[in-house]
Amino acid sequence: MEKHNLVIVGGGPAGLAAAISAYDMGETDIIILERESKLGGILNQCIHNGFGLHTFNEELTGPEYAQRFIDEVNKRNIKYLLDTTVINITNDKHIKALSTSGLYNIEAKAIILSCGCRERPRGAINIAGSRASGIYSAGTAQKLVNIDGYMPGKEVVILGSGDIGLIMARRMIFEGAKVKAVIELMPYSSGLNRNIVQCLNDFNIPLLFSHTVIDIKGKNRVESVVIAEVDEKLNPKLETKQEIKCDTLLLSVGLLPENELARGADVNLSRITRGAIVDDNLMTNIEGIFECGNVLHVHDLVDYVCEEAKEAGIKAYEYINNKDINNYSKTEIICENGVRYTVPELIIKNNDNIPLTLKLRVGNVYKKVKLEVKCDDEIIYSRLRPVVAPGEMEKLDLKPDQVLKLRNANTIKVYLRSIEE
Amino acid sequence: MYDCIIIGSGIIGSSIARELSKYKGNFLVLEKENDVSCGTTKANSGIVHAGFDAKVGTLKAKFNVKGAKMFEKLASELEFPYKKNGAFVLSFDDDKTPLEDLLNKGRSNGVDNLSIISGDEVRKIEPNVSKEVKYALYAKDSGIVSPYEMCIAISENASTNNVKFEFLKEIVDIKTNKDHLKVLCKDGTHYESKVVINASGVYSDELNNKISNIKYKIVPRKGEYCLLDKEYSYITSTTLFQLPTKMGKGILVAPTTHSNILVGPSALDIIDKSDTDTTYEGLNEVWAKALLTVPSLPKGGIITQFSGIRAHSIDDDFTIGFSSDVKGLYNLIGIESPGLASSPAIAEYAAKEIADYLKLSKNENFIAKRSAIKHVRNMNDKDLSLLIKENKDYGHIICRCEVVSEGEIKEAIRRNPGAKDLDGIKRRVRAGMGRCQMGFCTPKILEILSQELGLDLENITKKGNGSVLLEGRIKE
Repeated sequence: MEKHNLVIVGGGPAGLAAAISAYDMGETDIIILERESKLGGILNQCIHNGFGLHTFNEELTGPEYAQRFIDEVNKRNIKYLLDTTVINITNDKHIKALSTSGLYNIEAKAIILSCGCRERPRGAINIAGSRASGIYSAGTAQKLVNIDGYMPGKEVVILGSGDIGLIMARRMIFEGAKVKAVIELMPYSSGLNRNIVQCLNDFNIPLLFSHTVIDIKGKNRVESVVIAEVDEKLNPKLETKQEIKCDTLLLSVGLLPENELARGADVNLSRITRGAIVDDNLMTNIEGIFECGNVLHVHDLVDYVCEEAKEAGIKAYEYINNKDINNYSKTEIICENGVRYTVPELIIKNNDNIPLTLKLRVGNVYKKVKLEVKCDDEIIYSRLRPVVAPGEMEKLDLKPDQVLKLRNANTIKVYLRSIEE
Repeated sequence: MYDCIIIGSGIIGSSIARELSKYKGNFLVLEKENDVSCGTTKANSGIVHAGFDAKVGTLKAKFNVKGAKMFEKLASELEFPYKKNGAFVLSFDDDKTPLEDLLNKGRSNGVDNLSIISGDEVRKIEPNVSKEVKYALYAKDSGIVSPYEMCIAISENASTNNVKFEFLKEIVDIKTNKDHLKVLCKDGTHYESKVVINASGVYSDELNNKISNIKYKIVPRKGEYCLLDKEYSYITSTTLFQLPTKMGKGILVAPTTHSNILVGPSALDIIDKSDTDTTYEGLNEVWAKALLTVPSLPKGGIITQFSGIRAHSIDDDFTIGFSSDVKGLYNLIGIESPGLASSPAIAEYAAKEIADYLKLSKNENFIAKRSAIKHVRNMNDKDLSLLIKENKDYGHIICRCEVVSEGEIKEAIRRNPGAKDLDGIKRRVRAGMGRCQMGFCTPKILEILSQELGLDLENITKKGNGSVLLEGRIKE
């Protein structure tokens, strides 16, 4: 049995950033396990630019952004294994991984799970119709086009206005395909506003809100899709249906943290984020198992992923070096009135750790609201937001005195309050 | 000249092919799709019915009860997934009469281990069953099988025993020619044989009607299903039926042999026999009815939906045997549920009749055993380490959701009949059957198929017949 202080599962931006920060704290016995043949994760197929504005103050492509982190990992000689898939983790931190060189059994003092998320498939959204070829998730199409150099189709309809779908709309146009429409079930987009402008509006691609695909036609290859408007309860209004000829349907209907390994290790998962329930050390209920990045909750920006991962690296280092980061009682944050979840969900009581960022998402588009945090009876944080939307993660950087109050509270509530006109 | 041509490689055609290979002869299977198990066999409930539902005295009853008892041996010989998991037929009524009728019918059919138990006893075994359930018929001998894996295993074994398989052979006509029959295919090829076995499922009426004056009619009956993630395997390990109706056995909630939960099927008579589209209405109906059985069924747990077509004959029973007016034509018409459970018994019976007719002698060299592809996910550390040392491809995981290695995928392609498309891989080794539904592994499997088959990526299909996946290269 191989032994390592810190095993990082996943060598995408989260895993790399976590490794670098743990190393810089003083941890040298680190190993990153990556299932693909290259470090960098999904960034490798994101060849568009726009990454890194927050971290590097410049616009990088996905591979360029990843390379900055890969370079830092290499500079530190941090060990990593490629083409190595972790197939099981136990709650006593034994890891089983497979590669072409054989089976690895590794015992870890701490584990950081940074294995990202997957796309919600067609089945999960119950679209009826044919099971012809030509139906891809947007990320699969992105890999086929950007990595393998193949076009999945020529006439495209995209369901879902998530960021990958928006980016792929533009990408398919660049490669000579026709993008007939982007269909969005909700009355708003879950993607970034800048992507709607740059990827759809600039190319006159119609974006139909409150619509969905109700049927897919074509025996062998997709020949058309039938779309319809939906009512407030999201049920299709069949009298509004129309058929759009196409040979390809791309799905960008949400991302799900990939937590099968965590579940196997008895990690408690959130029903809302589908990631682990973590405290403000990003530690799960299983001592020494941490999560960060899109496996914890889906982020909008890789910069935020890396920030969170950096924190996980530090906390994992502290845990390994017995800085007693677990023996505290914790307060669960209650989300109310429009707030769907916060990460972390648990606040460690009476801890002297000061930096604390609460990340959260709302469940709908709300205009003119105050985002508030209430500790027992005191509102400790209140910020006016002209508009909040599910597509944009809210980050609350709390000041030292606010953190202190948070740590002393018996009940913590986070909610939206609408302001009277 | 063949001794026997079998038309169709679903569970019936493949099973007869294997049974025939126990005799000496020249046998050919013609299949219109790109692979075996592409019709009704690939999309059904996968239930090995105990046999209490079939009408007393019918062929359905006879073959079901006999066939079900043959599964254990067959599954161990051919290494396909089968499990005797038991079934409940749930009644929401205080009146036990319909269940008692079923019980008596079962006993008359020769089904063992049947009993009627109370709703509370049901919930002791399956706590997720609705509180509204008052009584249930418990059939301990009911089983589940992976129907396509069974069909693939049988076909591989038939092939080992020298049965030939040809694919993409759609039959356009069949003619009598002196003492034999001539089969003409859409691609212009034709084949001659002393006996032609009509195992063409939903098309078995049309094939017969081309040459025989005794006409049959299949009314294709669509059944739609939802499949749930393995995460929800706790919902039930016993098959949960509701009381049958005249359209079939009703909506079931059942485990699969791979620990997913299967919900369905609807029953809708349709016109187009190839219409396997799922429908908005059908899926909603399935779900609504399944909620009666398990009220806590999680809709968010669905990973895919599909539908299959039952070969429902207006005669409402199996037709099995030589045509009375066309010499050498052997019909298997209207093989709908419990066709899967009946298949081993039907195949044995039909092969014997045909062998007697052709006066075939026993094949002393028949090999009964077929080994399954080694699945990394089921292996212990020691065996797995050895396997990877022997062939490093088994250490390269391609499908993360179902933990399927490159070694397994290549083996699936190299077997005979082997996988030739994405669906063929999926059904043989489960790559793409998991929760991401081929989101991550599609590009990788395309590449392996292209290398192994020596085809350009643009020519790789999802399921043959023009279901191409890529439209060509991007701009250079």
